[in-house]
Amino acid sequence: MHIKWNALAQTAGFSFGITVAVVAVFALGILALSRREASLSAAREGSGAPAAGGAKLALAGAYVCFAACAATVGYGLMLIAGK
Amino acid sequence: MEHISFLVAVVIITALAFDFTNGFHDTANAAATAIATGALRPKVAVTIAAVLNFAGAFLSVKVATTISGGIVNEKAGVHPEIIFAALAGAILWNLLTWLRGLPSSSSHALYGGLIGATIVGVGMNGVNFDTVVTKIIIPAVASPFVAGLAAWGATKLAYAITRKGDDAATEKGFKTGQIFSSSLISLAHGTNDAQKTMGIITLTLVSVGALPHGALPPTWVIVSAGAAIALGTYMGGWRIIRSMGKGLADIRPPQGFASESAAATVILTSSHMGFGLSTTQVCSGGIMGAGLGGPKGELRWSLVRRMVYTWGLTLPAAALVSGGAALLAEQGTWGIVLVGVALVSGSGAMWLISRRQPVGADNVNDVTPVEVAPTVTANVPTPASTTVAA
Repeated sequence: MHIKWNALAQTAGFSFGITVAVVAVFALGILALSRREASLSAAREGSGAPAAGGAKLALAGAYVCFAACAATVGYGLMLIAGK
Repeated sequence: MEHISFLVAVVIITALAFDFTNGFHDTANAAATAIATGALRPKVAVTIAAVLNFAGAFLSVKVATTISGGIVNEKAGVHPEIIFAALAGAILWNLLTWLRGLPSSSSHALYGGLIGATIVGVGMNGVNFDTVVTKIIIPAVASPFVAGLAAWGATKLAYAITRKGDDAATEKGFKTGQIFSSSLISLAHGTNDAQKTMGIITLTLVSVGALPHGALPPTWVIVSAGAAIALGTYMGGWRIIRSMGKGLADIRPPQGFASESAAATVILTSSHMGFGLSTTQVCSGGIMGAGLGGPKGELRWSLVRRMVYTWGLTLPAAALVSGGAALLAEQGTWGIVLVGVALVSGSGAMWLISRRQPVGADNVNDVTPVEVAPTVTANVPTPASTTVAA
């Protein structure tokens, strides 16, 4: 009997790595969004331009994170559909 | 020939019936945590799951060719009677575990059924035991651990990263993420499980010479398999949704997102590698990992134990029932009729018993565990209009 330990180990390793990476990046995106809220309310309370700039930066960061997650999902689907 | 084509029609209908039970048995995989955390309303969750299961059926036919050409040796003389017996055992086991609210593997029920019926009908040489071990048993044992570990790690990280953020915003963010992660599971489930029915139907058509050996599933097979699993999914296996969403652990949105992401990744990666694993076990494993990785780090071990016992029992139990059914079905038309009658009356009986304690979209998030009591217990008041539990 030939057991493909390699294929199994690869599957397990990839699954673990991808899951942890995607969830971490997604969590970073959420953190960025929550920072943005904080900056926005700081700006409203009058700490001015730097806070508003921080809000924009945070929003951009969140977009990058979510786009990375979406790209991973898209790539995964492409691999499956390509069969 | 007429007798054979009638039998083939019966087998195809039974296969689609199995696909239907597969659908409602496994709705929980994608929907349970999304419903439990409130990311999606129950009805919305099952609708999305149904649509994506259907879509998933069209993504790939890789596993379909693995099942029909892998586990059972088609050339050894597998015929429609055997496949019918295999499906009967698989359906009965699926319904029994659903009745008890246990998320067992529909795939293993099917494999077990096929193995049992083939051993009785053809003999030991009809089953490729090497393939059974390498492509089913080893992935089945490994996959819940892989998903659990990944979900555990992802949950820990998710909590660590968002610790300094605003709690309400974090919950909301992960709930939104859950909509996508649970959708991905549904898609992956459609790809994986609808293919198994396609494989069975294709195997039947090959066995009567309607298709050449090693043929790909025809389009009508893909469409009907996708439709059957989608319909089953839409019916919603509420009993199992409750066990998985509320029974194993108290799941918060970050845990739900982590477990769903882990499950989706494991399923998609394995189906890319051609392993036909159990979506149910992967999703349950993911939820267990996320439960342990969460802030409380708790898991209801008694339910975990019951689930694991059921998983171990699924393959042999379905094999036993299907073996018995094959013994009858081989006797000729009366045997087939008898198996058919047993299948229908057994399914009907289990449905009737389930009515004693219905679980539906309205009460799916109650924590009362599903226990089928011998007496009628009315601890969950259910209005007559919502008796859609399936």
